Amino acid sequence: MKIAVCAKYVPESTAARRIDPETKRLDRSGEGALNPFDVNAVEEALRLKEAGGDGEVVIVSLGPERALEAMRRALAMGADRIVLVADEAAAGSDLVATSRVLAAALERESPDLVLFGQQANDADGAVLWAAVAERLQRPLISQVAELSLEDAKVRGKRQTEYGYDVIDAPLPAVVAVSDAINEPRYPSLKGIMGAKKKPQETVSLADLGVGAEEAGEAGSRTTVEALNDPPPRGDTVKLEDDGSAAEKILEFLQERKAL
Amino acid sequence: MRFLVFLEHHEGRLQKDSLGLLSKAASLGGEVEAVLLGSEVNELAAEAGKYGATKVWVDDDVLLDKPLSQPRVDALETLLGDQEFDAVLFAASVLSADIAAALAARLDAGLNYDLTDLAVEDGKLVGKRPALGDSVYADVGWTSEPRLALIRSGTFEPKEAGGSAEVAPFESRFQDFSLAATMVEQAHEESQGPSIEDADVIVAAGRGLGGPDNFGLVEELAKALGGAVAATRAVVDAGWYPYSTQVGQTGKTVSPKLYVAVGISGAIQHKVGMQSSGLIVAINKDPNAPIFEYADLGVVGDLNEIVPKLTELVRARKAA
Repeated sequence: MKIAVCAKYVPESTAARRIDPETKRLDRSGEGALNPFDVNAVEEALRLKEAGGDGEVVIVSLGPERALEAMRRALAMGADRIVLVADEAAAGSDLVATSRVLAAALERESPDLVLFGQQANDADGAVLWAAVAERLQRPLISQVAELSLEDAKVRGKRQTEYGYDVIDAPLPAVVAVSDAINEPRYPSLKGIMGAKKKPQETVSLADLGVGAEEAGEAGSRTTVEALNDPPPRGDTVKLEDDGSAAEKILEFLQERKAL
Repeated sequence: MRFLVFLEHHEGRLQKDSLGLLSKAASLGGEVEAVLLGSEVNELAAEAGKYGATKVWVDDDVLLDKPLSQPRVDALETLLGDQEFDAVLFAASVLSADIAAALAARLDAGLNYDLTDLAVEDGKLVGKRPALGDSVYADVGWTSEPRLALIRSGTFEPKEAGGSAEVAPFESRFQDFSLAATMVEQAHEESQGPSIEDADVIVAAGRGLGGPDNFGLVEELAKALGGAVAATRAVVDAGWYPYSTQVGQTGKTVSPKLYVAVGISGAIQHKVGMQSSGLIVAINKDPNAPIFEYADLGVVGDLNEIVPKLTELVRARKAA
């Protein structure tokens, strides 16, 4: 059983974030980390591997060279190796281009199961897995809060707007897990010490057979035209309750015709 | 411009967000058509006409009965192979986000997501996308056709215009891998009162409520205001209230006319799910809670005293 976990290198959550006005891309020059939502996917992969007795967990990522260090956290948790696609020509890839590059990296591994985290904490897309499943032509289950594996199929229970769905998919399959699925383990000291020695491969677009014109901005189909300030909100009023707060709220609602 | 709006439906009703998207597309000018996929859904097609669709493409197929994304990608590919549209619009949901993203990969067509507005500027479609916790708004565009757009939920209000739509049946061609995943079970949580996506008024509670038993307070206020009850992620994670009511980054995005936040600190993860509400009223005992920075009216005080009193006052006012 081979499980690939797609993981993203994201700016540290504590870092001040800005968009570079030149490139109109998120400034990624500061410290980075393994996307916290992907840690749940790593944890789930490790649990499946442990339950099955044998197998391999491979971290597949697209990012700058220095992402490797952040990805080692997954190795410290127990993942077996990392494949990082690091190529200047892939910078600025949108959904169409990113999914193409990731799918190529995954094809090379041909895992039985591909796992994604729920979203990246630096972009509100939460759509990548479906594009990757499409390119791999594999069945997809997203938003999974409970995952089980039996014979040659996965069963996912997922949250939706209306309640929950239980979906079965034959392997090989793509599954995106929600962060409600597990409590990720902390890397042990032994794990951290051992992480550096595990295989960590950096590959280029050429290694994957993806042309430079198919990735990055050249391979993208969307553009950022301009950056603007958010629309203003009206004035805010703040008051301390002196015993009449309920009356004041009612007055306010009547004034604003909200009743 | 020729628009195609993806219509999502649940238990025999078109979703409010889909209808809102029809109204928005109609307001941009051009031709507005819609696509409806499912089993025994023909009757719903007429409804779309009232909100601005002139034609509804329908594939009524038992293979489209369950709300699974991949067969719908096949259906859209079939339709878009025969009909040229400038843009295909989706209102975001668990289902439609997966469909839109997979369709982008299938067609190598650009998808802009998390949009909070659409405009036609100099004859070009432009999407508005908030970034970095909504502190920046980007104008985004497309370099391929059809332009795929995924709109943040709760963004556009449906406006009934009273037209009627021609129904155009079509037949999808399915791929084997698209039919590989199967729905084994579907369970729907019974929610009391209106769902939070459809509600004009939402009373939401956070950890400041103190415990699950205190939800009675917010339920009473919601009832008095004729609204729905929502919850923050912390409260849902703690098991106090169902996930279907969760507002925020990992839950739903809502934009009711009135949002009353009770015991909610209002961190960015919550803010992104409700900040486009018409009017925001916050009650919190912590004067430094971030929610006071963007609430139209913020009250620093004890919710246990204020909420029941407010409920009484609203009831009295409505009875008068």
